[in-house]
Amino acid sequence: MPKITPGTLGAVAAVALLLALPPILDLVGAPFYVDVATRIAIFAIAAVALDLVLGYGGMVSFGHAAFIGVGAYTVGILSTHASNGTLLFDGALPIGGTHSALIAWPLAVLASALVAFFIGLVSLRTRGVYFIMITLAFAQMIYFFFVSLETYGGDDGLSLWERSSLLGLDLYDSTVFYYLVIFILIAVLVFCRRLVGARFGRVIVGARENERRMNAIGFPTYRYKLVCFTISGAIAGLAGALLANQTEFVSPSLLHWTRSGELIVMVVLGGMGTLLGPVVGAIFFLLLEDVLSELTQHWMIIFGPLLILVVLFANRGLLGLLRRGTGNDTR
Amino acid sequence: MNPSQPLLSVRGIVKRYGGLAASDGVDLDVATGEIHSIIGPNGAGKTTLVGQLSGEIRPDAGQILFDGRDITTVPTYRRSALGLARSFQVTSIFPRLTVLENVALAVQAHAGHSFVFWRPAAEEERLREPAREALARTGLERHASSIAATLAHGEQRRLEVAMAIATEPRLVLLDEPTAGMGPEETRQMVDLLHDLRRDTTILLVEHDMDVVFALSDRISVLVYGRVIATGSPEAIRANADVRDAYLGEEYADG
Repeated sequence: MPKITPGTLGAVAAVALLLALPPILDLVGAPFYVDVATRIAIFAIAAVALDLVLGYGGMVSFGHAAFIGVGAYTVGILSTHASNGTLLFDGALPIGGTHSALIAWPLAVLASALVAFFIGLVSLRTRGVYFIMITLAFAQMIYFFFVSLETYGGDDGLSLWERSSLLGLDLYDSTVFYYLVIFILIAVLVFCRRLVGARFGRVIVGARENERRMNAIGFPTYRYKLVCFTISGAIAGLAGALLANQTEFVSPSLLHWTRSGELIVMVVLGGMGTLLGPVVGAIFFLLLEDVLSELTQHWMIIFGPLLILVVLFANRGLLGLLRRGTGNDTR
Repeated sequence: MNPSQPLLSVRGIVKRYGGLAASDGVDLDVATGEIHSIIGPNGAGKTTLVGQLSGEIRPDAGQILFDGRDITTVPTYRRSALGLARSFQVTSIFPRLTVLENVALAVQAHAGHSFVFWRPAAEEERLREPAREALARTGLERHASSIAATLAHGEQRRLEVAMAIATEPRLVLLDEPTAGMGPEETRQMVDLLHDLRRDTTILLVEHDMDVVFALSDRISVLVYGRVIATGSPEAIRANADVRDAYLGEEYADG
């Protein structure tokens, strides 16, 4: 039997709150906030993915928006072809589009994993600032690739005619879609939690702490970091697939480099290397963006100083602050 | 000459940095089971030699044979897999992990691949048991759950050694294991190395002559990137060239 710790209680309470959110919002007469919550949860998935490489692996990827974009475009492109009955590839083996989530979403994950693998293959040869620059450069290349992809809307983006279909669920129902996203977020968190505690995670953390020593005791760290980067890209791609479904629209702006920056802010703000921290960071960032941007268009003027305060005074991020506040500081 | 094949054999390795030859044709044989020390003045090329033996620096010329196998171009991590472990001159540990985790990682590197994504490493006795043994041997078992950064300097140096021996190496390359230690800590390290020689060969790079002469079966003297003499401690002490080049110089420095 697992021990019942304040941490377990906190997790149970958090899950209960997430599950109870739609009826609560209904009750207070603000049901449209379910969509906001869904959007936050989707970005939380991407932020958790980034935390794997940034927080645990110490690899500052400035290009994670590209993986979201690749995932989103995979769903968008497949959906477009399914809607207008055209072929994706014409030739000996004609391939059409699909609305099926069971096909499109895994393909989105696969596509972003592939892109992450090849970007990682090159960029993981470098360290520090060079790694940041190279991941940014690759992400920009992919951004401009979609900008110039006229077949799929180019700069204007691509509207989805339909959301994906999944096992008879009504994904147009905000509440259903919300629960689906929350389920995926929790599954991603559980998977990542296991991963960082398993052998693989130890190698990633060891490479962050002291890569030279890792090589000396016998680890080919490069290939472990590459697999970590690929897994992270794949999860970000899954977030992209969900985002495409929620907004029913994909455009190059999804891949804009400022998006990659926002993901880093979510991770750092919430607490690097904690997995839950990035979730808190995503909630805080997107809610504040929502609230502040209604006050002023220059909401960053208020948000910026707040961010500085958190970085200066809560070096373990908002999650660290929360844990200290509840006397549940485990580390 | 050795009757049997040496465990480690260095054949004329050269490493140049610009006009300076940090290794200028180094020849060295380390026999199985011995403690072989490398001494030499600052700038003699000891660090460069260690770098080439561990695989971090590639020689411009020459060969390194480990157990008869040419490892000159073999990457660092694979040398470790072959049984060549090292410690670092400047303490190189995982400061934010616990002492046990530090050593368990070293064990993990030699216990199959690490593409394990689900099973918690902390529950793998296969990793923790050998790690505890290595801690017991180095006298660190009391500190198993301490964060490595909180250890005293001498204890961190022993943790270095624990991580090296946890990989069950056939040869341990120890780069100044007593660097920065007080007399008591140095004595503990000498005892530890005495104990280690029972099951592994040791190549020791060391500045402390008391340590070198107390432990070594053989000593090689490195000066200006070349080995100018190899022999028993007595022979090295009596060697006029060595006195001129190094031991005498130290005398003058003192």
